[in-house]
Amino acid sequence: MGGRLLAFVLVAATVALIVVGTMWPVPAAAAYAGINRTGVVLSAATPQGAVNDLAHTIGQQNWGRAYSMLDNKSQFTQQEFIADLRGSYPGLRTYATLDNFETQPLHESDTQAQVQLRLRWSTVVGTFFDTRMVQVVKTGDHWSPEWPLVKEQRVPPQVIPVNYLRWDVIYRGPGDDWGAQDVEAPHVRIVDMRPVQRAAGVAVLGELLNEDVVPAYVSVKASLLRKDGSTLATEEAFDKISHLLLPKQVTPFLIMFPDAELSDVDSIHMDPTSNLVAASADPVIEIQNQKVSPAPYSVFSGDVSNQGGQIVNIAHVLATFYDQSGQLVWVGDQYIDRALLPQTPVPFNIPIPEDLARKVSTERAVVATYNSGEFQ
Amino acid sequence: MIRLAFCILALIAFTAILVWGQDDALNVPKTVNAGAAFSIPTTGSGKGTLWIVGPDQVVKREVDLGQPIAIAAGDLDNAGHYVAVLASPSGTQTAQFDVTAANQPASISFLARPSRLPVDLQNGITGAVYVFDSNRNLITTPLPVTFELSVASAPTQTRTVTTDQGAAWTEMASAQKAGNAKFLARAGDVSATRVIEQVPGTPCDLKMTAHKDGNKVGLVTDPLRDCSGNPVTDGTIVTFTESWNGGQTTVDAPLKHGVAQAEVPAVLGARLSVATGVVMGNEIRWEGQP
Repeated sequence: MGGRLLAFVLVAATVALIVVGTMWPVPAAAAYAGINRTGVVLSAATPQGAVNDLAHTIGQQNWGRAYSMLDNKSQFTQQEFIADLRGSYPGLRTYATLDNFETQPLHESDTQAQVQLRLRWSTVVGTFFDTRMVQVVKTGDHWSPEWPLVKEQRVPPQVIPVNYLRWDVIYRGPGDDWGAQDVEAPHVRIVDMRPVQRAAGVAVLGELLNEDVVPAYVSVKASLLRKDGSTLATEEAFDKISHLLLPKQVTPFLIMFPDAELSDVDSIHMDPTSNLVAASADPVIEIQNQKVSPAPYSVFSGDVSNQGGQIVNIAHVLATFYDQSGQLVWVGDQYIDRALLPQTPVPFNIPIPEDLARKVSTERAVVATYNSGEFQ
Repeated sequence: MIRLAFCILALIAFTAILVWGQDDALNVPKTVNAGAAFSIPTTGSGKGTLWIVGPDQVVKREVDLGQPIAIAAGDLDNAGHYVAVLASPSGTQTAQFDVTAANQPASISFLARPSRLPVDLQNGITGAVYVFDSNRNLITTPLPVTFELSVASAPTQTRTVTTDQGAAWTEMASAQKAGNAKFLARAGDVSATRVIEQVPGTPCDLKMTAHKDGNKVGLVTDPLRDCSGNPVTDGTIVTFTESWNGGQTTVDAPLKHGVAQAEVPAVLGARLSVATGVVMGNEIRWEGQP
């Protein structure tokens, strides 16, 4: 009897969820399924509808149709249009999918209109926004968007000689004597650590130094301990750290403990780990024009510039913020969504939480870089 | 349950046979060197069976009673405690004896840690040695072991330690000069060598200079050395920071040929600073020098 009831409940719940999912799909699922979002007009009869239709088509990655919808397509090729959205070189954009979009009409006349299009792209490391001001022109009885193409900078074909250091490692082999040493793991040290209570939970901030003369692949794990010594929670820094540290390099780290309360914590056990890895000192990334805009909407901005000769597919800017006494206040980060070309600055903006922004006196930024197929 | 009870009873019965069934003890040397030949005299006549049971080894022989039993060289090569049982129609004889390692070292296991450490570190290097005979038995009798740590252009550090239960260990300081050190351990005629990489320590006295380079400022450090005067390893990251009112530029540059260099925008009045790890260098205020 109990089994039949359970089966009935399961079938009923499944049917109910299918109905709910079909009637009110989440935007991401709707975009994947090619379903129009509820309430969004996809019609060239209005400027906003035309931009909605364009964004929807971009979300479906139907590049041919999206390009054909543009009024100014004679000014650039379909390839350039795709490169504007996806990047010419493999980067975070290349692997992103459109999560959702918002359109906002700014002004409209009989023949012209301007609509703000805010595209929200989803990646494995989070989301990023791409905001464009789209001009829409009336052609006959329908509206056609003009795509505000941002031409990607190209690097002319050339040879850039570099002679940066590279470290290769030969590990102990199976035929070596029992007493023979293996290569020593790099010595790393936590030089600063501070827990902070946030609305989302407890954040453990800190800085890790590679005090050795060899490169290190590092990670940091933290355990929150209660008064009785038992473990409340254990978390890792995951991507909120620069995992590759060259000799004497310092990385900030941020470890989040969702839903944890600092008042429940008696002590914190930190567990940094390091492994010796092959690495290269190339590329050197310069961070230019760093500045912090004043509170309340404080943002740490700047430009990252690749001083090396190879293209960096993904760059990750990690920023450490200090107060006047030099104490850690916050650690923020941002992924650069386009590939970093040699000598081509790319801007970044890292928001600082409003309540902490007033305490920020100085800041320090590092850039972790990743190349497709290898860890740099 | 019944099976367990049966096993216990069988074990008790076997022990009883061994204890009550034996007539007298076998005449076996109390101590035998591992791998050495020896003989066991027997009495009586007829045939018998000899078992010798020891660590990781069992020997079974059909013997003629009244003749000495020859145990050839290499038959018993594992050191440890052995039991010999001679079973014959007239009864059982037993004996217990020890096989000990030969006192002549044939090989050593040498553990040297760490394989890499900074210069001028007291007791930073640890060496541990286990001494074995030709049959890979740990030699537990005390033996002198010599440790030598040698590095070019510095006197060799030497320590002699006597083994305790087959092991000897020592601690040594790393040299003031960077480079590969040869760490040797010797017991008798046997030796083993490990290489210890002694690397420069924390950089000392970090200094940089600034010069105009077009519309940029070129920053170059002096050759970087540690507090013992060793050149700091290439690849070490040096951070150059340029700060001005409301702005900042940072470059993490690796040391190359002993120096690190970077270019930053030329901003009049900007403060230029340099650091590596937790070591701060000098500061320069950029006033637009040529």
